[in-house]
This record gives sequence, structure tokens and C-alpha cells, in this order.
Amino acid sequence: MRLRNFNIGRHLRDRLHYSWMLLVLAITMIVPVALLSGLIYKSSFLLSEQSFFQILFSNQWKPLSGKFGFYPFIISSLWVSVVSLLIAVPICLLTAIHLTQYAKRWVLNLMHPVIDLLAGIPSVIFGMWGILVIVPVISNYIGPLFGKNISGYSILAGAIVLSIMIIPFILNILIELFRHIPTELKETSLSLGATQWQTVKFVLVKKIFPGIVSAFGLGMSRAFGETIAVLMVVGNVVHVPKGIFQPGYPLPALIANNYGEMLSIPLYDSALMLAALILFVIVLFFNFLSRLIIVKSNIHN
Amino acid sequence: MDLRKIEEIFFRILMFCSTVIIAVSLIIIIFSTFYKGLPHLTWEMISKTPKGGFYFGKEGGILNAIVGSLYLSFGATILAILFGLPLALFLNVHIAHRRKLVNVVRFVMDLLWGVPSIVYGAFGFTIMVFFGIRASLLAGIITVTLFIIPIMVRGIDEVLQSVPRGLHESSLSLGSTRAETAYKVFLKQSVPGVVTAILLSFGRAIGDAASILFTTGYTDHIPTSLSQPTATLPLAIFFQLSSPIPQVRDRAYAAAAVLFIIILIISILSRFFSKRYQKNKINF
Amino acid sequence: MNKPKINIQDLNLYYGKQHILKNINTIIPERQITVIMGPSGCGKTTLMKSLNRLTDLTPDCSVSGKIMIDGQNILNTTEDITKIRKKMGLLAQRPYPLPMSIYNNVAYGLRISGRKKRRFLDKRVEHYLRQVNLWNEVKDRLKEPAGTLSIGQQQRLCLARGLAVDPEIILADEPTSALDPISSQTIEEKFKELKNQFTIVMVTHILRQAKRIADYVIFMYLGEIIEQGPAKDFFENPQEEITKDYLKGLFY
Repeated sequence: MRLRNFNIGRHLRDRLHYSWMLLVLAITMIVPVALLSGLIYKSSFLLSEQSFFQILFSNQWKPLSGKFGFYPFIISSLWVSVVSLLIAVPICLLTAIHLTQYAKRWVLNLMHPVIDLLAGIPSVIFGMWGILVIVPVISNYIGPLFGKNISGYSILAGAIVLSIMIIPFILNILIELFRHIPTELKETSLSLGATQWQTVKFVLVKKIFPGIVSAFGLGMSRAFGETIAVLMVVGNVVHVPKGIFQPGYPLPALIANNYGEMLSIPLYDSALMLAALILFVIVLFFNFLSRLIIVKSNIHN
Repeated sequence: MDLRKIEEIFFRILMFCSTVIIAVSLIIIIFSTFYKGLPHLTWEMISKTPKGGFYFGKEGGILNAIVGSLYLSFGATILAILFGLPLALFLNVHIAHRRKLVNVVRFVMDLLWGVPSIVYGAFGFTIMVFFGIRASLLAGIITVTLFIIPIMVRGIDEVLQSVPRGLHESSLSLGSTRAETAYKVFLKQSVPGVVTAILLSFGRAIGDAASILFTTGYTDHIPTSLSQPTATLPLAIFFQLSSPIPQVRDRAYAAAAVLFIIILIISILSRFFSKRYQKNKINF
Repeated sequence: MNKPKINIQDLNLYYGKQHILKNINTIIPERQITVIMGPSGCGKTTLMKSLNRLTDLTPDCSVSGKIMIDGQNILNTTEDITKIRKKMGLLAQRPYPLPMSIYNNVAYGLRISGRKKRRFLDKRVEHYLRQVNLWNEVKDRLKEPAGTLSIGQQQRLCLARGLAVDPEIILADEPTSALDPISSQTIEEKFKELKNQFTIVMVTHILRQAKRIADYVIFMYLGEIIEQGPAKDFFENPQEEITKDYLKGLFY
């Protein structure tokens, strides 16, 4: 009798756990749908009055007179993310190759915590570092080098800060990729008389090329969505930037800077939620594409 | 022939330089944070709330932000464990045999993981307005929870995936229920890894600014209930750094030093735990 | 027996603190098939990889002793390591085609050493593919990725690729273990043909395969050489107890 009671208790508990797990699963699967539909709902107010393409390609940003042109912000976002990726790509690739193919044990033991820590630093601290170090360096050294007299708050400052932020993220993916190449492939190339660098260049990089592309795609989506650190150093001037020494005003910064007043101006909140929606869709797109590349290349092999 | 050697040496130098750039960047970040922050990290700074308004008052400290951040991130982490842990176990124990479903869930988690925190912030704000909640600790906790659930699930999931299948089968064949297999076998097997994943999520929760910018508000006081607004360390840095008054900026630097120390502690703790978990796993 | 091509003296090798190869002294005769045998984990693959210094790739590996190839100690040499490695073609347990086309797999070794003329490459590729009896099967699909070939074809491609850099020695690490019986037979027959031109070192734990093709046998156990000698003597008249037990199939 006691045994049976015990069993009933056990199975009841099993059922309870199961129900909770199922509920949790359902809730988490609803989150992306809710995110998307919430943002669409909010931005529909603006979209019912103005056309989407007009908003996207107009550079008139005058919330008080109901003009919401996203063009300057989208271009700024592109500038900052692309430049940061240009900085991060060679550094990540070279470091990943160094750490997986050449480095001595002590370098690995040193760099592992360095990368981990870099990945864990909050974005406000990166932003503060940008204000304290990068902005003055650009204003005092890099700017004058190109004959420019600038404050330092610029696309370049945003891109440098951003590149340091996405480096640990991309680097971890790349290291993982390089580690999973079979040693025999490397041995094969070496035994055919290739130098180590030739092996890297002709065989290893080629072997994981789709993975490398997708790592940078994921890095790009990271860069696109990063808010606070970029906002702190990028200048936040509403215009279409034409070079890396000019200030910019990326999309996430637009949302973050104006939340305070968005309820006091008609359609302003709708415009900002549309900005969030665009951000969400762009980031999803990059994520999706990157993962698709991986899946496709796996099928091929 | 010689050209090959020159090329090899050239690229080895470049590789070495890139590695050094990364290490040096970290050193500069640590150094500049502590150089600015540590001198102001007095007892008064961490034991008092700001006087005369956080943006203009020259007196007082950052206790409101420290306590607020701890409330917020502990709250969010505990909530996220309640959701994330069962979900990760569910994937690896209950529906492990339904590969398609598991892959879909993992894919959604990956996507959510990639969503920028500002989007969570904007979404949280929309919900707040919808339900008529004011900016408060509770709203912040909910937003941050949403933001760290995918981080936690991915972390725990990765650890659980390395539990050998044989263990799963033998546990079931001994007559354990699935819940028992999940919590007593899978979880027990991977405690250090799970703790690491939770610590990392906590680190994300305490460091993120964009998701709480709209949702927690900001105040000089320490909140006494969930419905009050609260200060947090990231926002203490963000807001006070832009102040024209040097004493207020010093508070921002001190807050940055405190936040960095917390992140350092988390990093050391998680290395300690992951070392125990990775005994037979090679780094790099 | 032919004169020695490789002469190994007092070779000791450690991975970290693990002593993998213990006082190895042996010779490998020129233009014959030398088979390294022994149960798994006895160090036979490591011995073979130390011949072209692929053991350098392992971070904690330390080596002492001498490996003399044509009178030159490759462990202590000022000469470019890539030149030494080029002397030796490597055939792994499983075929590892490089991530490129069939044509480029064979041409790879020539290209990286600076031979880039198209006409020259075309000729060499055809020559080596014919040598491993693969030409007729792949001549219409040279541009396709090498991964599309069957495993047996891939292994023959890997052999052609190794031959294309004009080595003097072929190192083969259980080259047939992933192959079907017919592909295995092709490889074995190829080896018997190739030994007129090349010195072949092959690691195997298949006793019958060793009996079929070996000219000289090195038998290893737990990192040491237990017994070595010409194949006939070794199989018909083993001296050591361990060898006798192994040949009887008492352990694997």
C-alpha cells in the first residue's frame, strides 16, 4: 500500500514537472511572435498615415511636424557596422589562426580569459572607454593626421568601440570552427611540402569558408543592434554621414535617446517602435542568413 | 622558395600583432576604468545615496544604483532560472528523440539570443504602456528576464548536450520518471556547467543598459517595493557621465569601477566552475 | 635485404609527461615495404609521424635521438622542414581530400612549390591519376569537388596526390582500414608495384595484410620495438614470446 502511494506521488510530480516544462516551452516560443506583433501593432499607426518607403528613404526628421525620415539613421547604422566589421574581420581571422595553429600553450592560457572577460564587459563600460580613450585619440592624433579638426565623436569612434565589442564574439565562433578541422587534413597538406601558412591559406580557410562568412554575418548583426556604447561616442547628429570622421546617429541610438519624449508628440512612439521593428527584422535577417549558410554548406559536405 | 618563407614570417608577425591588439585593448579598458574609478571608490561613495539629485547634486554616493542593480539582476536571474532550466532539461530529456522539434526550439532560441537588447527594451516599454504599468523594478525585471532567458537556455543546453546518451537510457531503464532523470541525473551531472551558464546570464543582466533604459526609470532612492522605479549601475554610469558637474562624473566612474569588479568576480567564479566541468575538454 | 633508407637511433618521444616511444632503434630498407605492426596504442602511428616531423604539430611534444634519412638527421637540421616533408608522401587511415576539385587535389603539391604552368600540370595530373588507375573513372569530372568521389576512389586520389610531389618515401597509416575489400586490394597491389620506385612504410594491425605485402617487419608493443627483421624470418621464426602470442592471435 505504501509503495503504491509512493508511486502515485512520484508520477504526480512527474506530471507537474511535465506540465510546467510544456508551459515554459509554449511561453518562450510565443515571445518572438509577441515581439514581432507588438512592434508591428505599434508601428501600424504611423504606417497607416505615411508610406513605408517614404519613411525609409526620406531624410527629413522633424517629429514636431510629423516628418519621420529614417534614412540618416539607417545610413549611420550601416557606416558604423560596416567599418567596425572591416576592423574586426582581419583581427579576428588572424588571431583565430594564431591561437589555433601557431600559439604556444602559455599564449592560449593567457588569451582564453582575455577573450572571456572582453566578452563579458558591459557596453556602458565600453562606451566610457570610448569617451576616455578613443574619442581623444581621434580628436588629437588621427584627425589631425588627415588634416581634420574634429571633436572625435564620430562614426570612426563608434566603429572602433564596436569592433572591440564584437571581436570576442566572432573570435569564439572562428576558434571553434578551426578547432573542428581534422588534424589529418593539415598533415596532408604539410606532407605535400606546404608551409604552415600555405596550409592555412589554401586548405584550412577554404575548408571552413562558409563558417567564416556566417561568423562575420552574425558579427554584423551584433554590431547593428548594439546601442549604448555606440550612442555614447558616435556624436548623434541627424544628417546623412559622408565619411568616418563625421558624426552619425545610428538606429538604436535614435530609439534610446528619445524614449523620454516619445509619448508627448503624436505618432512619435509609433515611429520609434517602427525603428525597433526595422532593427529587429534586419538582425533576424542577418542571423537567418548566417545560419542558412552553415546549414547549406553542411549538406554539401 | 624564399618568397614562401617571407610570406610565412610576414603573416606570423601580423597574427601576433592582432593577438596583442586584443590583449592590449582589454588592458587599456581595465586600466582606464580603474584609473578613473578607484580614487573615488570611497566608503561614502558606496554607502550613501546621491543628495540633491543624481544629475546635479555634488554630494552622496551610488548606493541606490548598487542595490538597484543587485535587486534587478537577482530578480531577473531567478525568474530566468525558473523558465530556462526546465526548458533546457525538457529539450534534452523529454523531447530529445524528436529532433525536428528540438531543432526548431534551438533555432528560435538562437534568433532570440541575437535580438538586440534595445528591442527588448522597446517591447517591454510597449507592454508597460499597454497594461498601464509605470517604469518600475518589476517592469525592469520582466524585460531583463525576457532578454536573458535565451542566453541561459543556450548555455545550459550546451552543457546538457554533453551528457552521454547511455546515462539517459540507463536512468530510464532503472525505472526513474523523466522528471527524475532530468533533475537527478542530467542536472546533477552538469551542475558546474549549469552554474557557469547562470553566472554568465547574471553578468549579462547586471551589465545591460539598453533593455532597462525605458523600463526601470531612475531615482535617487533605494526601492522598497517592486512597483517603485530604481537606479541601476549601467544607467548610473550612462546618465551621470554626461553631467557637466565633475563630482557627478566621479560618481559615474566609481559606478563603472564597481560594475567592473562585479563582472570580474563573475568571470573568475565562472572560470572556476567551468574548469571543473571541462576537466576532459581541451581549451581552444 | 636492401640498404637502409632511414636509420633511427635512440628515439624517445614524450607527449607532456607520457612516454610514447621508448628507445627506438631500427632501420627502414630502401625500395621495400616495411610494415610497422602492433596492438592499438603501441605508438606505431606516432613512430611513423615522427618520420616527417608531423609530431611538431602537438604542442607538448618533445623528441630526442636521431632519425637519419639519407645520412641526414631530420630532427636536428637547418634545412627547410617542408623539403624534408616533401620527400615523403602520406596516406592516412581515412582519405582526407583537400577542399578543392579532383584536379586541384593532385596539382596542389606542385602548385605550392611554384610549378604553375597549365600544360605541365595537366600532364602530371593525368600521369599520376593513371598511375593509381583512377584516370578513366574521373577524367570527365576533374573539376568536381573531390568529396564527391567514393571512399575507395578518394583514397586512390590521395595516393596520386602524394605521388605527385615526387617523394622518395611513402608513409601509409592503416591505409585500407576504411575501405571496402576491393579498394583495399587495389591499394595493396599498387603498393607492390610502387616498391620498385619508392621506400614504403606502412602501419597496420591486420596480420594477414602484413603477411601479404611486408618485406621487413617492425613489431611494437607499449612504445617499444619488441622484434624486427625481414618478413620471412619474422613470420616463420619469431623469437620473442610476445611476438609469438601476437601472431597466434592471442591478443589484438
